[in-house]
Amino acid sequence: MSGPNTDYDPVEVTPLKAEEVEAARDAALKAIDAANSLEELKQTRLDHAGDRSPLALANREIGALPPAARKEAGQRVGKARGAVNQALAARQKVLEAEHEARMLVEETVDVTLPTDRVPAGGRHPLTTGAEYIADIFVAMGWEVAEGPLIEAEWLNFDALNLGPDHPARTMQDTFWTEPAENHVVLRTHTSPVQARTMLTREAPIYVVCPGRVFRTDEYDATHSPMFHQVEGLAIDEGISMANLKGTLDHFATQMFGEGIVTRFRPSYFPFTEPSAEVDLTCFVCRGAQVIDGVTCRTCKGEGWIEWGGCGIVNPRVLVACGVDPEKYSGFAFGMGIDRTLMFRTGLSDLRTLFEGDVRLTTAFGSEL
Amino acid sequence: MKAPLSWIKEYVDLPADLGIEEITDRLTALGLKLEAIETSGAGIEGPLVVGQVLTAEKEPQKNGKVINWCSVDVGDANGTGEPQGIVCGAHNFVPGDKVVVILPGGVLPGNFQISARKTYGHMSAGMICSARELGLGEEADGIIVLPADAPAPGTDAREVLGLGEEIIEFEINPDRAYALSMRGIARDAALGFDVPFHDPAQRDTPVANDTGYPVQIEDTDGCDYFVARTVTGFDPTAPTPDFIKKRLEAVGVRSISLAVDVTNYVMFELGQPIHAYDRAKLQGPIVVRRANAGEKLETLDGTVRALDPEDLVVCDDSGPIGMGGVMGGASTEVSESTTDVLVEVAHWEPRSMFRTGRRHKLTSEAGKRNERGTDRLLPPVSAQRVVELLVEYGGGVVEEGVTEVGPTASPQTRAPLTEITIATDLPARIIGIDVSVETVVKSLELVGCQVSVSGDSLTAKVPTYRTDLVDPYDLVEEVARIVGYDKVPSVLPRRATGRGLTRAQQLRRRIGRTLAGAGLVEVVDFPFVGEADFDRLGLPADDVLRHTVKLANPLSSEEPGYTTTLLPGLLKVAARNVSRGQDGVALFETATVAFPVDQAAPIYGVDRRPSEEELEKLLAAIPRQPLHLAVVLAGERTRGGWWGSAETASWADAIDVVRRLGTELGVPVEVASASRAPWHPGRCAVVSVDGVEFGHAGELHPNVCKAFGLPARSAAVEIDLDFLISKVPATAAGPVFSTMPVAKEDVALTVSTDVTVAAVEAALREGAGPLLETVRLFDVYEGDQVGEGKKSLAFALRFRAPDRTLKAEETAAARDAAVARAAELTGAVQR
Ligand SMILES: [Zn+2]
Repeated sequence: MSGPNTDYDPVEVTPLKAEEVEAARDAALKAIDAANSLEELKQTRLDHAGDRSPLALANREIGALPPAARKEAGQRVGKARGAVNQALAARQKVLEAEHEARMLVEETVDVTLPTDRVPAGGRHPLTTGAEYIADIFVAMGWEVAEGPLIEAEWLNFDALNLGPDHPARTMQDTFWTEPAENHVVLRTHTSPVQARTMLTREAPIYVVCPGRVFRTDEYDATHSPMFHQVEGLAIDEGISMANLKGTLDHFATQMFGEGIVTRFRPSYFPFTEPSAEVDLTCFVCRGAQVIDGVTCRTCKGEGWIEWGGCGIVNPRVLVACGVDPEKYSGFAFGMGIDRTLMFRTGLSDLRTLFEGDVRLTTAFGSEL
Repeated sequence: MKAPLSWIKEYVDLPADLGIEEITDRLTALGLKLEAIETSGAGIEGPLVVGQVLTAEKEPQKNGKVINWCSVDVGDANGTGEPQGIVCGAHNFVPGDKVVVILPGGVLPGNFQISARKTYGHMSAGMICSARELGLGEEADGIIVLPADAPAPGTDAREVLGLGEEIIEFEINPDRAYALSMRGIARDAALGFDVPFHDPAQRDTPVANDTGYPVQIEDTDGCDYFVARTVTGFDPTAPTPDFIKKRLEAVGVRSISLAVDVTNYVMFELGQPIHAYDRAKLQGPIVVRRANAGEKLETLDGTVRALDPEDLVVCDDSGPIGMGGVMGGASTEVSESTTDVLVEVAHWEPRSMFRTGRRHKLTSEAGKRNERGTDRLLPPVSAQRVVELLVEYGGGVVEEGVTEVGPTASPQTRAPLTEITIATDLPARIIGIDVSVETVVKSLELVGCQVSVSGDSLTAKVPTYRTDLVDPYDLVEEVARIVGYDKVPSVLPRRATGRGLTRAQQLRRRIGRTLAGAGLVEVVDFPFVGEADFDRLGLPADDVLRHTVKLANPLSSEEPGYTTTLLPGLLKVAARNVSRGQDGVALFETATVAFPVDQAAPIYGVDRRPSEEELEKLLAAIPRQPLHLAVVLAGERTRGGWWGSAETASWADAIDVVRRLGTELGVPVEVASASRAPWHPGRCAVVSVDGVEFGHAGELHPNVCKAFGLPARSAAVEIDLDFLISKVPATAAGPVFSTMPVAKEDVALTVSTDVTVAAVEAALREGAGPLLETVRLFDVYEGDQVGEGKKSLAFALRFRAPDRTLKAEETAAARDAAVARAAELTGAVQR
């Protein structure tokens, strides 16, 4: 191969004949057309548009022509090369599109293959359940109060009007710590949190206290030595049983859906006076008592199920906790979170919540 | 508390058309909660009649049994008036006896249909019934034989048998002691339906005199009223009348003898416990006092009890003969030979009763009423009722002597009625509903108070049977229950202005979500722990974690402590999951643990708020209870599949849990090697923030895995979450980052194997200066090429300037400075 020839002999220069150029061009176009893959087209490009291709060689020889012949020959060869390059590009595009389409087909996978390399985690329904309940109250402008599980006897009992001879203080119900004269117990309800709140905050007070509590119950499908409660306390001027009812109706509806409300029945708790048992519209028959003509099994046809206890805070409690009973009144309520959760989810054995089987937690994901 | 409806109805004029459910609904709404309604003879349908056996032919059968082929007169009940032929297998009757017959077409409990059928060669048309077949008891010593004066054959047998008696079982709240009697229940029924009430305690009583049995009360705080009456010439063999027997059976008390049954009957009628003595067995005067130390008493249940100096006892010259108000003694018990009965009715101080009952683990119907408080004016009335019944059914005469001693016995020394004064609008304000003064007054009068209104306030004198009414709000509850709890409207309070969740509460939720997002599953477990758990963790004998808060009454003696570490529980839960077939378990638990403080919590009064100082003292005595997080990773951390094989959890996964939390919370967590049980001594990290250690993470000691039944190489974490949360910055500082091109440099450094990656990395950072953006270890090599005792660490360094593209020589200089500093501080040699 050489550079442009300047040292030429005009007589010996091979004229670039039009037929030869056209023949080379046609051969190239034919080959391009015949290329059926990107690889074939690559070869065709080398053969017909590469450095050693006839048209490339012809182009190189233009420089050796007499100046008078250069223009015509240049135009002829240039046109031919242009046509070839254009055809190459067009063919390239077609073949690439074909290739891509074929590749996408070939790369098809079975998207139903398992993808769970890392097993899913989850949060315990008691945790998320307590949060769900707390959020209902936080949305109403309440706060969430907390306290220790091992608690002073005075806060767990005395301050709540459970005097020294109250039956609940026996060994039958309460876990006592040693030595007994230290007066420390595992809290039997979340009520000491209410006492702590009143002792440390100024009224008005609107707090909800979800938490873990302990009683010396045998462990079976409906009893556990450890369970969870949520209690609420509102202390303000002019608080009444009507406010208590309003709050619990709202809670019930938020927790179990429209149409689920509460009913009060007279009861007795040392902490409150007047006191009431709270019944909840049966969330299964929704108060209808029968489902498809059959007595509802959940509420045994009563249309109501027991949910918890409540009442107006006993003024004796207010006094012990430093709230002026002449100025303020309050209400309090409490219910089992475990039980509420079992209602909501249809779990039938309390122990399922505490034995730690991952299948329980993962069934609920990370929010209730 | 069980109460036959017919008994209640004796004292209240309930409308005849009132159904039992309307009655129980109303009483439930008034606070006497319905537990159950039982009807005796439920399940019996069709013709159940009195029959008289005319003939009974004994016919031996091939199977050795003898049956009676009977002809029974059932009057016109069978439609023909002809005697009925019935086969009967029982033999406890003779011709002439009156029996109970169910005729064909009838149904016995258990849906047992009666029809005429061929049996033992006869057409037997009906059945002669036993008590068990009628569902009236478990005894089946043959058929029921009615008394000779039973109604004529053909009469419906239901009334004769007392079937159809409706018995209401109430759940009585501890404050409503008055409702532990027909008297109290009837009174609430009367006010519930606004109908007349006939008080069974309205009874004339004789005037006390000094010829009665001598009684002396030494402890008038424990017993302020003691009445003694005597019946002599009583027939100890006289049977208890049927109505008393049936009613006692209905309330759940076994019939024992006429004398005992009568005292029980009156207790259920009036609510007043009563005790009967065999007067012949008494020696000298009765004395009521506290027991002396060392005294013993055999109670009616046959138990010999060592008495406590706080126990109230009834004594005679022989010493204690009864635990006053709780249970009588065996030595003076009435028996089948008792002809002189001394009746004791006293008013006891409730707290003493409760304490004695609790101390001796004694529960009795008497104790239940006395410890809740009885009507202090009831003793003479109850005693009169008892002696009348004794004489009526057991014969004999009531002695003239009437003993009544104690401060309450005389109107002059008797405490006045409790007076409670309230603002007339207090019930309306507290209930949250319009209640007129008239309604308030009427409600309180209905429960028996004497009410006087003066201006804006009213004063209620509380009747003696309502010992529970003490405070103003007690009156509010009475008004509320009579107006009706169902009338309370539903009104949200006006102004809660909370500030939402606290930062710590939000962070705890975030931590839970982060862990769940990392594939960890939360569990909830009990906090009880025992020495065996600590042994299995391999904790040294003096380990601080072994020092737990001890429970006086643990559920299991194996687990007497409140745990100091969440790991034993969590490891057991992990093992349970593995044993249930999980190939990999990744668990977390957040809960408080407890560390004892050796300090007593005071018990303060409740008449005022404790002072700040007192409160501080109280709170200081409560065990320290930090919130912990524990994690266990056992077996597969990732699953195997078409993508490759499963990866087993390791020490690195455990440490990464803590690091990940640090990253999530914006807390720089430092990791250093440590040695602490229950972790593998060479694969345990202590984690710290600002130099303060807050937990450990790593692989568990092989012995611990074995002890808990976990897969080898299981890993665990336990940290103080309260501490970590306390280190979370209030606000995260926004990062400043450059968008200039990055320059990457890799360096391989050889160090001695005991040099930590953290040390080398820190040296590289320090040496590289401000242009270094990140440094990350990407390979570790140990082997022949680096030689014995050495390892090669390959780090990727990324440099970037805030304002310009770095020149090659700048990057190289920074890299060289980094390597030089690493060489200086860790002996690193660049390869
Ligand atoms: Zn239902």
